[in-house]
Amino acid sequence: MTGIEGTGTDRTGLGGTDLGGTSIGGTADWAEAAVREHAAEAEGPSREEQVLERIDRARRRKARVKEEHITMAHGSGGKATQTLVEAVFLETFRNPLLEPLEDGALLEVGGTRLAFTTDSYVVSPLFFPGGDIGDLAVNGTVNDLSVCGARPLYLSAGFVLEEGFPVEGLRRITASMASAASAAGVLIVTGDTKVVQKGKADGCYVNTAGVGLLDRPIRLGVASARPGDAVLVSGPIGEHGVTIMLARGELDIEADLTSDTAALNGLVAALLDACSSGADGVRCLRDATRGGVATILNEIARASGVAVVVDEEAIPVRPGVRGACELLGIDPLYVACEGRMVVVVDGAAAGTALAALRAHPLGEGAALIGHVKDDPPGLVLLKTAFGGTRIVDLLVGDPLPRIC
Amino acid sequence: MRFVDEYRDAEKARALSAKIASLCEPGRSYKFMEVCGGHTHTIYKHGLEDYLPESITLVHGPGCPVCVIPMGRVDDAIHIAEQPEVVMTSFGDMMRVPGGRGSFFDSMAQGAAIRMVYSPLDALKVARQNPDKHVVFMAIGFETTAPSTAMTVLRAAAEGIGNFSVFCNHVTVIPAIKAILDSPDLRLDGFIGPGHVSTIIGCRPYEFIARDYGKPLVVAGFEPLDILQSIYMLLVQLAEGRSEVENQYARVVPWAGNLKALRVISEVMELRPYFEWRGLGFISHSALKVREKYAAFDAEQIFEIPGSRVADPKACQCGEVLKGVLKPWECKVFGTACTPETPIGTCMVSSEGACAAYYNFGRFSRERVREATR
Repeated sequence: MTGIEGTGTDRTGLGGTDLGGTSIGGTADWAEAAVREHAAEAEGPSREEQVLERIDRARRRKARVKEEHITMAHGSGGKATQTLVEAVFLETFRNPLLEPLEDGALLEVGGTRLAFTTDSYVVSPLFFPGGDIGDLAVNGTVNDLSVCGARPLYLSAGFVLEEGFPVEGLRRITASMASAASAAGVLIVTGDTKVVQKGKADGCYVNTAGVGLLDRPIRLGVASARPGDAVLVSGPIGEHGVTIMLARGELDIEADLTSDTAALNGLVAALLDACSSGADGVRCLRDATRGGVATILNEIARASGVAVVVDEEAIPVRPGVRGACELLGIDPLYVACEGRMVVVVDGAAAGTALAALRAHPLGEGAALIGHVKDDPPGLVLLKTAFGGTRIVDLLVGDPLPRIC
Repeated sequence: MRFVDEYRDAEKARALSAKIASLCEPGRSYKFMEVCGGHTHTIYKHGLEDYLPESITLVHGPGCPVCVIPMGRVDDAIHIAEQPEVVMTSFGDMMRVPGGRGSFFDSMAQGAAIRMVYSPLDALKVARQNPDKHVVFMAIGFETTAPSTAMTVLRAAAEGIGNFSVFCNHVTVIPAIKAILDSPDLRLDGFIGPGHVSTIIGCRPYEFIARDYGKPLVVAGFEPLDILQSIYMLLVQLAEGRSEVENQYARVVPWAGNLKALRVISEVMELRPYFEWRGLGFISHSALKVREKYAAFDAEQIFEIPGSRVADPKACQCGEVLKGVLKPWECKVFGTACTPETPIGTCMVSSEGACAAYYNFGRFSRERVREATR
């Protein structure tokens, strides 16, 4: 043994010999600091149940961004994004309209109730099977308004273009935006254009914002789920995300898949028409974009303080998506959709809601996937097809393919 | 989906579960180690423990490729990535593995050129496309991934590609298992043997475990029924007083392994005298390096490597978790200082790591869950 402290050999008494000639160069300061910060929590007896409660408390604490720089994980829609939004944006801009952190803000202007939202699109490749950045940008904002319960009306479109980007490409993108807007019954009424030097952007980025009219006397939100409610999805999940991954061409996998990008306002209207009779019909709608269905279910569980229990076998996933996900070692529950939504309705309205969704062309593959329970609050549980149970947590970063 | 769903059949699982329960002697407890991280992932992802009696404990072994990479090695890789005109490439799993100064992701955010690839051949492609850069592949993994790294070096040599090298961190599974068997504080009744590694090395290298240590080992596949069946096979051996190497994964694993792949590995790589494993310390003859013959493709020969050594925080108990002495939740920093968002120990990084698997999939009281999912 050399005079090395803190290596595993000393502590674990393993059979390996420490032949290290170099001496320890240092300690991981960030790790020591994290240990010190949490030292108090580690005190006391540690039965499994107590450890889990301790973790639960730690997770409920105020979000804090620990990184010094933005990493790709901050954009992935999982825990890191949530932390960034809460610790930086909400903290700085805090007001009662922003605070619910829904897909859009609900406003009252001159006695009229409006929904207002914005979203930026940086998808690569710009053109993919089933769509392109243009219809994605229109549908995404239409959907964010729709799931607030609003009737989407007017959109803005902002473009950040990279020097050298072909005008023909831009024409293709605007043409598909125009036809998506017309299909959704919205008008693009204002816009902006910026050009940046070559290398400072990836071809073309699009931002859209939108205004919709809240003309129904309803209030939807992720915080309104109650025990006994039913959870539905409007169709097979994960198609957009897998299509994009394959379209990047890095995987050398071919599958007959197209993006599910679509405007959901018609489907939402059909659902709200069918379920509006009872006072307790639809509680919450969310389009399952970045982070997938799993992320939405976690937001619902957390915001409503309930358990969401879903049945893996009931979740519709097309074979091509399942196969690609199996190969890549990722879970379709976390893969983005651009034309699917998660629906929470009063348990008694489940049948009506499912029938209404299935009667619409965009909801043909709708399914009842689970229920809301009271305990354990804040968690999403999955009954696996194999017959076991597990947690479905928020993802930390992008779903990274496993190596073996 | 064919060839997948057959191995996830709940009805067959219930039948196997009953057979497993009937083989457990009353009052006796059983500890089996699944060596491979892929098994750990399967166990948690499918909720397999729901099928096991309480007397059976599964111990999650050291077979997660990124979990065993010491922090100093990550720092060395980042040092290489920070050299001018260098592009570092590695598998997705590697991106969040913490070093003493942060991870690949942190290093990227500060300007280092690091790219995620899906195979070493993709890294070679990056080298071909960027002749003005030097592309380094951070090679990690057990014998499973070593052949593809070796093949890539051979390909680069054949094509005369001069701007590609490998930072070799391949490890071998047998010395790690032996180290665990020699550890005095561990009581195991048997092993669920790694499946993918065995497609390369075959089943013979495990024979000393059964012969010299008297522990049964069953090489297992990665679907949940594979693992249940392997547990059943281990219990049958124990009930009959046998300790043998058996192959549950015969549909993929040949008894003698893959000689072609072994030949390729040995053409390009040789054993290092010793290598540091995260949490386990130095283990003799437990890792591979590029042979002198291929020095032109060996990042350790091309770059000056600092040979960083970073002490694990004292509170981090990855070693004990990797050996199965502690369950993940028994570690002092589990879930508080060390979470999947800010992993201190590597067991918390990969979805195959024992701690991350437990944190992401199993972090609840089983009674409450049974109540909720009834």
